[in-house]
Amino acid sequence: MANLKELSKKEELFTGGHRLCSGCGAGIVARQVLIACEKPVVIANATGCLEVATTIFPYTAWKVPWFHSAFENAAATIAGIEAAYNALKKKGKITEEINFIAFGGDGGTYDIGLQALSGAMERGHRILYICYNNEAYMNTGIQRSSATPKGANTTTAPSGKRSTGKIQARKDLTAIMVAHNIPYVAQTTLSFHNDLIPKVQKALAVDGPSFMNILQPCRLGWGYPPEDTIRMGRLAADTCIWPIYEVENGLYKLNYKPKEKNPVTEWLKPQNRFKHLFSPGNEEIIKQLQEDVDKNWEKILSNCNT
Amino acid sequence: MKTIKTGNEAMAEAMRQINPDVVAAYPITPATEIVMIFSQFVADGLVDTEYIAVESEHSAMSACIGASAAGARVMTSTSSQGLALMYEMLYIAAGLRLPIVIAEVNRALSSPINIHGDHSDTMGARDSGWIQLFSENSQEAYDNIIQAVKIAETAKLPVMVTTDGFIISHCTEVIEMVSDDEVKKFVGAYKPARFLLDIKNPYTLGAIDLQDYYFEHKRQEAEAMRNAGKIILDVAADFDKKFGRKYEFFEKYKLDDAEIAVVCMGSASGTTKVVVDELRSKGIKAGLLKLRVFRPFPYNEIIKELSSVNALAVLDRSDTFSAYSGPLFTEITSSLYTSLNSKLLTLNYIYGLGGRDISTEQIKSVFDDLAKISQTKKVENLINYIGVRE
Repeated sequence: MANLKELSKKEELFTGGHRLCSGCGAGIVARQVLIACEKPVVIANATGCLEVATTIFPYTAWKVPWFHSAFENAAATIAGIEAAYNALKKKGKITEEINFIAFGGDGGTYDIGLQALSGAMERGHRILYICYNNEAYMNTGIQRSSATPKGANTTTAPSGKRSTGKIQARKDLTAIMVAHNIPYVAQTTLSFHNDLIPKVQKALAVDGPSFMNILQPCRLGWGYPPEDTIRMGRLAADTCIWPIYEVENGLYKLNYKPKEKNPVTEWLKPQNRFKHLFSPGNEEIIKQLQEDVDKNWEKILSNCNT
Repeated sequence: MKTIKTGNEAMAEAMRQINPDVVAAYPITPATEIVMIFSQFVADGLVDTEYIAVESEHSAMSACIGASAAGARVMTSTSSQGLALMYEMLYIAAGLRLPIVIAEVNRALSSPINIHGDHSDTMGARDSGWIQLFSENSQEAYDNIIQAVKIAETAKLPVMVTTDGFIISHCTEVIEMVSDDEVKKFVGAYKPARFLLDIKNPYTLGAIDLQDYYFEHKRQEAEAMRNAGKIILDVAADFDKKFGRKYEFFEKYKLDDAEIAVVCMGSASGTTKVVVDELRSKGIKAGLLKLRVFRPFPYNEIIKELSSVNALAVLDRSDTFSAYSGPLFTEITSSLYTSLNSKLLTLNYIYGLGGRDISTEQIKSVFDDLAKISQTKKVENLINYIGVRE
C-alpha cells in the first residue's frame, strides 16, 4: 500500500504549469505514475492531450527524459528505446537501471496504436504501457473511439433525432492484453491512488511487458464540473462500469469490490454525454448498458474466483 | 578482399561490419534477404546488435526512431510498400534529426502489385528529409552503406542507400570488401550530443512545436540538407583516402566533351556505359552523368557538367502521375532553368517500371534521338516512354 505521507516527500517529476484543462485526469495519472517510479524512467508519449498540453515548445512539464514521435506508435517507440538500452548496457556503455513507460490515450491505444501495442507485448520488451483511457478522442474534440461506451454522445457518434449516440459496446482491451499472456495486466482509475501506485510499481518490477488500463474521467468530453474528476472515477468503480482488478501471470485478482453495487444511472446522470439517454424512449439503452455491465462484472468476479 | 556477393549480401555484410546497436526490421521482397542474413549474424554472435523483429515497417521505423533518440546507432532495411508504410515516420526521423540508415531496395509500388525494381518507392520519399544515395552495383551498395553511417551522424540527418530490386539485390558480382577492423575504424564510435538514456540530463524530444517555432526548425532542417552536400564529399574523400575508391555526387562517364548525354541513376548506368563506349568507338561524342546523390540534389554541380552538351536525355525509373514528367527530369530541368541554361535541349524518358529490363538497344535509340535533336534543335516529344507497349 502506498503511504501518502512518504509519497508526498518525493520530488515531483511531472510539474505544474502545463496546459491541461482544469480538472483533467491525464495530468493526475502522469503525476501518480511518476510518483510510483523508484528507478529512473524514460517516457514515450503517443500524440494526444497529455502530449500536446505538457510540451509546448520551448516548455516542458517533464523532469524525466520524454519522447514523442507519432500517434499510433508509442509502443513501438518505447520498444526501440528499450532495445537501445539493452544494446548499450550489453556493450558496457550504460550501467544504470532504467524503467521504460509509454503513455497513450484510448484512441492511440485501442484503435490506431493497437497493432504496435500487440507487437511490442508479443515480443516481450520490458516496458510498461499505460493507456489513460478517457473513452474518446478528446484531443481532437471528443470523437468516438472503440473505448467509448454504448450510448455516449460524441462528435462522430452524435445523438440526434434518429440516433442515441454510440451504438456499439466498448472493446475490452484489458482482456486483449491478458490474451497476450504477458506477466502483468491491470485495470484501475486515477481515483484510487493506493491502488494505482502499487500497480505501477508491480508492473515495473516484472521481467517483461506490462499493461495498465487507467480510466481517466475527462471533464470536457464527459461534461461534468472540473472538481468532480476523482468522484467520477469512483462512481465508475462503484457502479462496476470499470472493475478494478489485476492479472498477474494469468491469475485474476479483484482489487476493489464496492460495498453496494450501484446502478449505472449513478455514473451516467452526472455526465452530459449521456443526458439524452434520460429522455423518454431511451430507457432501453440504459437497460442494455446495465445488462452489459452486469454481465462483465459477473465475468470478472468469476475470473477472480470470488 | 575480393569476394562474390549479391547486392543484398553486400549490404548485410556492411551492416555486420558496422555492428549497429539496434536493427528493427520487417521482411519485404526483395529486401528480405538483408534482414535474414543480418539476423543470422545476430544468431551466430557475429554482431552484438539488438535485433527487433517488429510486426510492421511502421513499427520498424518507429522503433528505430526510439532507439536512435535513446542514443543508439541504428539501421534497418526495407523496400516498396514497406518504405511507403514508413513514410509518416521518415519525416519524423528527419525532423528530429536522427541519423538512422536504411538499406533500401528499390521496388515498384502497388497498385498493381509488382515485386520488381523501379524507383517509385524511393522517389515517393524524396521530400521526407532523408539523404538518398543510389548505387549502380553491389560494390557501390556496400561502399555507400559504410559511408552512410558517417554521413548521417555528421549531418544529423537520416540516410537511405538504395539498390535496384533483383537487378542488384539478387545478382552476384565480385566486390572488394574492406576488413572488419578498417570499417570499425572508419565509422568510429557514435557519440550523440544528447540522448534519452542520459537520465542525469533529461530532455524532452518531439515536443509540440507551434507557429512560434516550427518554421525555424524546418528551416534548420532544410539548412542541414544543404550542408549535407559538403559532408557527403568529405566522407567520400576520407573513404577514397583509406580504401582507394572514389565517390562524388555523381560519376561523369565520358562527359567532359560530350555533345549528347544521358542522366540516370542506379543499375541502368552500367547499361548506358556500354552504349556510350560503343558510340565513342564510332566517333560520336556521347556521355553519361550517373547520379549517386539524389538528396541533397547537387543542382549547381550538375549544371556545370552539362556545359558542352547540346542535347540531354533524363532517364527516370519512376513516374510522378503529375501529367508532366518523371521526378529526376523535373529536378534537372528546373536546375537548368535557374542557371539560365534553359536553352539546353532536354527531354525525359520514363523506363523500366515494375522491373522491366532496359536494353542497350533502347538506350542506343535514346542517343539516336539526341543526335537528331542536336541537329534539328527541336524536341518533338518532351516526355517519352521506352520499352512500354503503347
